[in-house]
Amino acid sequence: MSDELVPPVVSGDPIGANPSFFDLLVRTRPELAQRVTASGSGEALVPHGTTVLGLKFEGGVVFAGDRRATEGYSIADDKIEKVFAADDYSAIAIAGAAGQAIEIVKMLQLELEHYEKITGDRLSLEGKANRLAQMIRGNFPLALQGLAVVPLFGGYDERWQQGRIFYYDATGGRWEEEDYYAIGSGGRAAKSSLKKRWRAGLRRDDGVRVAVEALIDAAEEDIATGGPDAARGIFPTVLAVTSGGVSAVPEDEVRAAYEAVVGERS
Amino acid sequence: MSFMPYVPPEQLMKDRSDYARKGIARGKSVVGLECKDGLLFIAENPSTTLHKISEIYDRIAFAGVGKYSEFEDLRIAGVRLADLRGYSYGREDVKAKDIANAYSQALSTIFTQQMKPYEVEILVGEISEDGGRNEVYHILFDGSVNDEHGFVGMGGHAEELSTALEGSYQDGWDLATSVREAVKALSSAEGRQIEPASIEAGVLERTRTQRRKFRRLPADEIGRILAG
Repeated sequence: MSDELVPPVVSGDPIGANPSFFDLLVRTRPELAQRVTASGSGEALVPHGTTVLGLKFEGGVVFAGDRRATEGYSIADDKIEKVFAADDYSAIAIAGAAGQAIEIVKMLQLELEHYEKITGDRLSLEGKANRLAQMIRGNFPLALQGLAVVPLFGGYDERWQQGRIFYYDATGGRWEEEDYYAIGSGGRAAKSSLKKRWRAGLRRDDGVRVAVEALIDAAEEDIATGGPDAARGIFPTVLAVTSGGVSAVPEDEVRAAYEAVVGERS
Repeated sequence: MSFMPYVPPEQLMKDRSDYARKGIARGKSVVGLECKDGLLFIAENPSTTLHKISEIYDRIAFAGVGKYSEFEDLRIAGVRLADLRGYSYGREDVKAKDIANAYSQALSTIFTQQMKPYEVEILVGEISEDGGRNEVYHILFDGSVNDEHGFVGMGGHAEELSTALEGSYQDGWDLATSVREAVKALSSAEGRQIEPASIEAGVLERTRTQRRKFRRLPADEIGRILAG
């Protein structure tokens, strides 16, 4: 049978519009999708983001991150943002090579928006988490050179009607976390703090407070994590995701949580 | 060896235009209206999932009439163009004018070079930043573009729609009034009362705090507006 007789639908590319922005970029503008690769280690050359965490509360999830980026033993930036809304119902927090991480966040945000516009439906939370895993896997060659990006992802699952949290490794491995998780240089200290303070069925306010306290603890144990600085007005970024969508926790509220924790300790 | 009979170019173009117009006339119509806080696109559409009206970008929306597969094709191409441009440059560099030009080029090429023309007409609208002029482009099956102001009707009953709206349209209508008047115009153009359940409406709202200004009006909101 000659090739011409095979119906094109089964012999060729998948049919229908591909809703992936990343695939579109690779196909139409490969030079923009290319990841810079070089030999040797780039670890000391670029800023790294440090501690971020996520935890569940009754009705959703809270994501929080300190504001510091380091370059080796120097502080590169004390006001950087590491926690972002990925779309209306999910959030992503990043630790690792800051430039690379911001690019992955931007790509994920575009990927989700593009999917929503092309198909007319929002991707499921599971689908978003999987897509992110594929993007992290794509960054693996750079991870080997010290430019690893490890995100924490989560949001409100409209199908399950609850908050969910996922964590990743540099190869794109993906695991779901039941209660809370923290990553980055101060992640271990933050997790110990969460272990003592977190409990099931927290209210949102308590969730914010537990998150802020964990970041204070991380900053006390880890040189690369920046603690809240009331004098300069630098407070952690905190996002909450509920059935109503993503919202940034206002700075006043974060400041109040910080003052409550500090007040309790003094 | 077969010979193609000679067809004068005028006749060829006329035949293609007639073919496209006939296809478009079979479909339902869409109305685009400038209202107080933005831009409303509204249509009769019995399906709640196969849309005629959609979001392209932060401040840009799309509406199509005619053959679904063809305007859907154009819609997807528009979303791709907008997202690619926004990624390569900046979000504020994505303009309805550029998208309308791209559509015009594509439709013109299809009209002259393909076996059959697309049987579609589309609207591309963009709301201004703060009270400036909105932009609405009406693009025809052959690639010709019209820059519209106030209101525009397209599809099978475009003329009747324009006549109906010419009599009633006023600058600065709020959203509810715009929806009611547009449905009235659609009903009078069709010569029958259109049920609220088969109205599809999307609006670009300047007052929305989100970056993406497009909002699809849910069925219960449309029902409330038309009942009130």
